[in-house]
Amino acid sequence: MIEAADGGAGSLFLQGNEAIAKGAIAAGGRFYAGYPITPSSEIAEICSVRLPEIGGVYIQMEDELASMAAIIGASLAGVKSFTATSGPGFSLMQENLGFAVMGEVPCVVIDVQRSGPSTGLATKPAQADVMQARWGRHGDQTLIVLTPATVQECFELTVTSFNLAERFRVPVILLADEIVAHMRENVVLPNASGIKIVQRKKPDCLPEEYLPFQPDAEGIAPLAEYGSEYVFHVTSSMHGTRGYSQNDPVNAEAKIKRLYSKLMNYLDEIVIVKHHYNSSDELDLLIITFGCTTRPARAAALRTGSFRVGVLQLVTLWPFPEELIAAAARSAQVVLVPEMNLGQIGYEVQRVVGREKVFSLLKSNGEGFSPIEISARMEEVAGLAGIER
Amino acid sequence: MLPHMWCPGCGNGIALGALARALAELNMPLHQVVVVTGIGCWGKADDYLATNALHATHGRALAFATGVKATRPELSVVVLMGDGDGATIGGNHLIHAARRNVDLTAVVVNNYNYGMTGGQVSATTPPGALSSTTQYGNPEQSFDLCRLVDAAGANYVARGTVYHVPQLDHLIKDGIQNKGFSFIEVYSTCPTHYGKRNGFESPVEMMRQLKAQVGRKNRAVDQGAVVSGDLLHRGKFVERNAPDFTTRYEQVKKMALTKGGR
Repeated sequence: MIEAADGGAGSLFLQGNEAIAKGAIAAGGRFYAGYPITPSSEIAEICSVRLPEIGGVYIQMEDELASMAAIIGASLAGVKSFTATSGPGFSLMQENLGFAVMGEVPCVVIDVQRSGPSTGLATKPAQADVMQARWGRHGDQTLIVLTPATVQECFELTVTSFNLAERFRVPVILLADEIVAHMRENVVLPNASGIKIVQRKKPDCLPEEYLPFQPDAEGIAPLAEYGSEYVFHVTSSMHGTRGYSQNDPVNAEAKIKRLYSKLMNYLDEIVIVKHHYNSSDELDLLIITFGCTTRPARAAALRTGSFRVGVLQLVTLWPFPEELIAAAARSAQVVLVPEMNLGQIGYEVQRVVGREKVFSLLKSNGEGFSPIEISARMEEVAGLAGIER
Repeated sequence: MLPHMWCPGCGNGIALGALARALAELNMPLHQVVVVTGIGCWGKADDYLATNALHATHGRALAFATGVKATRPELSVVVLMGDGDGATIGGNHLIHAARRNVDLTAVVVNNYNYGMTGGQVSATTPPGALSSTTQYGNPEQSFDLCRLVDAAGANYVARGTVYHVPQLDHLIKDGIQNKGFSFIEVYSTCPTHYGKRNGFESPVEMMRQLKAQVGRKNRAVDQGAVVSGDLLHRGKFVERNAPDFTTRYEQVKKMALTKGGR
């Protein structure tokens, strides 16, 4: 790959996966444990070369369960860690992702979606892991999911993923797809001083007073690292603020609720959407899109002269941008949700906006959308909704 | 936090004592020790230790430990797993951690069943033995864990028992000091499940069996441990000094920096 003169900044022609790897390294990621799987393997290959050059570690683990476990171990040892996979590997990572939620361990997991179910169409795109990203773990749990639509966003959102993981002591999933990950386009990368990096808060109390799961005034417990003067326990079992197992109902309820509230109380820091239109305009039709479907949707919107269309791109998928979607939908007569699955985001939009107003365009055959397909459905929906030209 | 939750007659308390004595004798500063445990009775040992702890998901402790050790090689990492957690569901991670020769010490307490969940069959339950899920006798063979881990490439392979305690103390201390993947299997007692189902009237009988049937052997492991009924071996079987994972990865870093390596 072509490097710019000052070690990575500047205008580059990059593949999505390359941009993700560069973003992780720019964000301070220095430990990668992973397993090869199409269409994410380029991330592993790049990290295997780049990480030892900068004092980091790449280990190819025996499977994705071990990969997820190892990045948690590394994070608790104080090193920003990440892994990348696709659907089948993402399924294997779920149990240990649950550990990361329960143990409040910052880490980043990149899922480059491909067509399933199971081994499926290994080399073809889909957007069907959306609900799995939210609900793949058993029990009451929540985490953050971001999704890029361009190679530029592959870089930027990987950095954002690391920052949110550190800020909220939570695993963050970067939900990409085979189209965005494998396409190549021009990106402009800032140099290091232009990138905002967030580090986890470390304790500053006396070591004997440290409680690894006692939240501070900003809702998050500072996280020490193994080997520091702070000796601490992390367990997958339900635990108290000291990190030792504890099974009374009062503690359990408080912990489970706090895993939610630590994110839900700070949605302004977490929820990102992009209005590809003037958000104060009245619309006939609002298209809500995410990931690789964004570009053909925007092209379709540009073609349409006869009614007022705007594209709202979801960047944060979970927690779901309810308020922002509700607000945008209030200014539109009808909403269209095109997606490469059988309605996973459409259902959520219906829940927030109301069933009568929301239409879907569903495609689940291993192929991405073309602008013409989206235009045709827009015309159809406009007709059904009685929109005047 | 004591008191521990293990049954009267369980060997885990003895194994925990041996580990605690080993750490004390080695004078390890507590903040430099990370104990990674699996799910099961032996895996609850972290609740009784004042070291750092990572109580992992079932079967995956060695993978979590690999992440800790690879990023902080100066720490002493001890991994505590039962035969169910460490060698049955965890079998894959066991052989790969041994193959990588990660510099940590795995203490696998083997009581021939999944004790915590009620005594189901595991990969070390002897053929023909009874368990809650082999009530007509175990139709499967069992692992010889020491042979398995030796074949996978570990630097240090040993077996002790909860009856032969001075030797156990020594083997754990020796393993911790040894660089590379150190594996200590501990034959133990589960009088509540395995013992009761297989005709042992009391924990004392189980201890008597360990005394009678596990003989001191320092020969190489291909002299073999044999399944139930014959004399089993205990002692240090293997001691190599192949480079551990971190040493080998330092070579990778050197090559990466000179960039002439490929």
